[in-house]
Amino acid sequence: MTALLSIQALQVAFRLGERGAKTVVPAVKGVSFDIPENTTLALVGESGSGKSVTAMSILNLLPDNAQRSGRILWQGRDLLTASRPELQALRGREIACVFQDPMSSLNPVFSIGAQLCEPLIKHLGMGRKAALARAEELLAETGLPEPKRRLAAYPHELSGGQQQRVMIAMALACEPKLLIADEPTTALDVTIQRQILELIARMKDKLRMSVLFISHDLGVVGEISDRVVVMRHGTVREQGDVAQIFSAPQDAYTRALLACRPSLTDTPARLTVIDEHITGGTTAGSAAPAAAKDPNAPVVLAVKSLAKSFFIKQGLFGKREFKAVQGVNFQLRRGHTLGVVGESGSGKTTMGLTLLRLHEPTGGEVIFDGQNLLTLNDRDRQLMRRRIQIVFQNPYASLNPRFTIGQTLIEPMAIHGIGADTAEREDRARALLAKVGLLPETFFKYPHEFSGGQRQRVAIARCLTLNPEVLVLDEAVSALDVSVQAQVLNLLRDLQDELGLAYVFISHDLAVVRFISDEVLVMKDGQVVEQASAAQILAAPQQDYTRRLLGAVPRGWQAPPDALAPP
Amino acid sequence: MTAPPRSAYGAPPQGGAPGGPAKPDPRLPLAAAPTPLQRSEGVWRTAWRRFKGDRVAMTSLVVVLAFIALIIAAATGAVASQWQRELAVPNAPPTFLGPRAGENTGTLAGPEATAQPPVDLSDIDPLAPRYAEWAERAAKLQTAETTKVDTLPLGADRLGRDVLDKAIKGTEISVFVGILAALLATVIGTVLGALAGFFGGKVGDFLEWLYNVFTAVPDILLIFAFAAVLGRGVDTVVLILALTGWTGLYRQVRAEFIKHSGREYVRAAEAIGASATSRMFRHILPNVSHVILVRMSLLVVGFIKSEVILSYLGLGVPIDQVSWGTMLAEAQGELILGHWWQLATATAFMAVFVTAFSLMADGWRDALDPKLRGAE
Repeated sequence: MTALLSIQALQVAFRLGERGAKTVVPAVKGVSFDIPENTTLALVGESGSGKSVTAMSILNLLPDNAQRSGRILWQGRDLLTASRPELQALRGREIACVFQDPMSSLNPVFSIGAQLCEPLIKHLGMGRKAALARAEELLAETGLPEPKRRLAAYPHELSGGQQQRVMIAMALACEPKLLIADEPTTALDVTIQRQILELIARMKDKLRMSVLFISHDLGVVGEISDRVVVMRHGTVREQGDVAQIFSAPQDAYTRALLACRPSLTDTPARLTVIDEHITGGTTAGSAAPAAAKDPNAPVVLAVKSLAKSFFIKQGLFGKREFKAVQGVNFQLRRGHTLGVVGESGSGKTTMGLTLLRLHEPTGGEVIFDGQNLLTLNDRDRQLMRRRIQIVFQNPYASLNPRFTIGQTLIEPMAIHGIGADTAEREDRARALLAKVGLLPETFFKYPHEFSGGQRQRVAIARCLTLNPEVLVLDEAVSALDVSVQAQVLNLLRDLQDELGLAYVFISHDLAVVRFISDEVLVMKDGQVVEQASAAQILAAPQQDYTRRLLGAVPRGWQAPPDALAPP
Repeated sequence: MTAPPRSAYGAPPQGGAPGGPAKPDPRLPLAAAPTPLQRSEGVWRTAWRRFKGDRVAMTSLVVVLAFIALIIAAATGAVASQWQRELAVPNAPPTFLGPRAGENTGTLAGPEATAQPPVDLSDIDPLAPRYAEWAERAAKLQTAETTKVDTLPLGADRLGRDVLDKAIKGTEISVFVGILAALLATVIGTVLGALAGFFGGKVGDFLEWLYNVFTAVPDILLIFAFAAVLGRGVDTVVLILALTGWTGLYRQVRAEFIKHSGREYVRAAEAIGASATSRMFRHILPNVSHVILVRMSLLVVGFIKSEVILSYLGLGVPIDQVSWGTMLAEAQGELILGHWWQLATATAFMAVFVTAFSLMADGWRDALDPKLRGAE
């Protein structure tokens, strides 16, 4: 097998700053690997590891302030020195790309057909009619139902998964030799992710092309790839066959990455944190499983047939009811965690927001400490606000960029009159920062100075200022890297043990839910389809939908190399 | 405040842990508190640092500050307080052009010509006996016979008033009108836009209706209507411009508030119990301030021009005051006679100020935009 693409000692740096104060920030520091023909090579790493920059430098799709050195050999030709027209001839024709977010990768003002025909007409010189016919064929190949009708559709009329199929169809239009897929399934639900992964594997076999698959998810990588390159901080930590990487990882970082991900099969008390693992510190993963929780702890939150509908305007006067959440019942005990899982659009976030009355519910009861939250007057409601708090998904959006961390933490205390004066509140805020594992300097800093994981810690500290009894965690760790995710999950566990918090943990990630939850609620189309203890749901799912969700979770590399067979 | 280290860093939070005292976190160097904490630079200071790095913005800031100094000087009477004095010959040209040649000004009707009537009428003139007495009294009267200069640095108007003084005094009025009206319009537009965007529903519908009424009437017609009702004067001009000019800003602020009120940080503020007012003005407003700032700078520029139009049409500042607008209005008649300097001076003052102000606001926008922060 000869190398289709060979990257040798690639270095990429970005020039930043304005006149006078220019700095060069290296992003990729000497990366080398080969992509053989007809092979799927996975680039794995956390955010900031330089994996996307490496891939984008192949076709020079980087911004203008990037400078590249080294060699990128495409069938013996160096792409770094190739002229613009030469690269343009390669782009789409021999090397094609699929990006993470299909919604923003498709042009919203052109129909699917027009966008699909463009590469066909441009690169293959097809006529309009022939191109349309070929486009229809391509859509059919990617498994999109009713391809003829879809040609006239616009991107917003398709779902995320369908859009990604269109993107793949576009990429494969000219039967490229190499497909660069940059986190193609990250924005999609697990079930859709599985379909797209299968599609990519099928097309790879059919067209006998190579795939450069970029992902942060080792589970996905283990299933789809033949070879794996692990990157961190712009360097290659380890590369090898998928079996070797997963069964006998040589590098400490690879081992840590594999260990810190919560799995569906066992539940340790704590997750391994990468730095600890590398320095050979505590191997928390092997510690005793979590202490059993008191099954008779007092119920803090009871929800009865909660419902929320949105009304969509229709015609001049009419409106249509859309039931986002209906008939949700559950009880949450002190110190327990309720996991809520479901695909996007299943109403899990709406349910969480309705609990806090951030959405006005349409019906049902939320009994908190004997009082129905939904019928409280404004004053009593303000008192209850203290006791039930929420952490949002996106740590970059949930902190006010104009407030220092100190201001962010003091504000809720000032509103609720906690602490006698500002000095006391400041003390308390500092103590809470320490509790969530942040340095005291944090107090005077602004959110943009922190990473996602640190911001999420601040968001958690903000909730804790009010001594809540229930925390709603709305996809609170979904936007974080695996290693940071592990840290935040451990923190949440510790806080729960220490403060007796009850969590409503909303997530699409079943492995994470399994790690943290005692009971799991499976939602679909606004309704609860299954409700049981975490272990029970995973071991013996009763509903077809739950089984489908579980089946779609990528399980990484499995010992027999038929990794793509449905589990 | 450089935050004296407090002993409470390592102390368990008061009432924070119902399950007993908090155990110290091993990840945190609790004992390392004695060093004074370093305070991060604030939003405004960061913005100022970024602003300082922008050469164009800094230059325009200097120009604007110079204008402001000029305005203060004019307002306190340090300069141009005597702008009404007729100290030059009518329409005296600027110094660099030199005095007008071949025009013997001031000698059109010499007193000698009338003092010697061709016919002696003293016999039949009943007032004749008193002429001598009157001449005597007139001689006693002190008349300061000022010699009118032939040229001025930037010329004179038709009454011989210094164009430079007029322009400086005009700057005071014009910029005052522009900035005050823009401030007022910004307040109206921001408050209404915040209400409409944040609450939506009936409040939003009502404010949209109001907006539609205001924008349905042609601008200049609306200004005329207000001017007719409110009469003449600088305060009226300010009011007119503010009452008609808030609509564009309102729309933009409303859009920003709609966008931001759905953001997670605002929801988080709601979850901790922040009131609607606090969310609107403490949380969202600073995050949309860059939009408001730019819009306001555009308003200042637009209002200065509107004032010019209003004064030109005779609806603006009263006759005993001067603004760039009244200067331009006078220039209309002078141009025919070839006296272009009043027009040129007013235009130059206005162009320099307006350009500098726009560039400065642009610089502020870039420096304050939260989206650009951290991209450095």
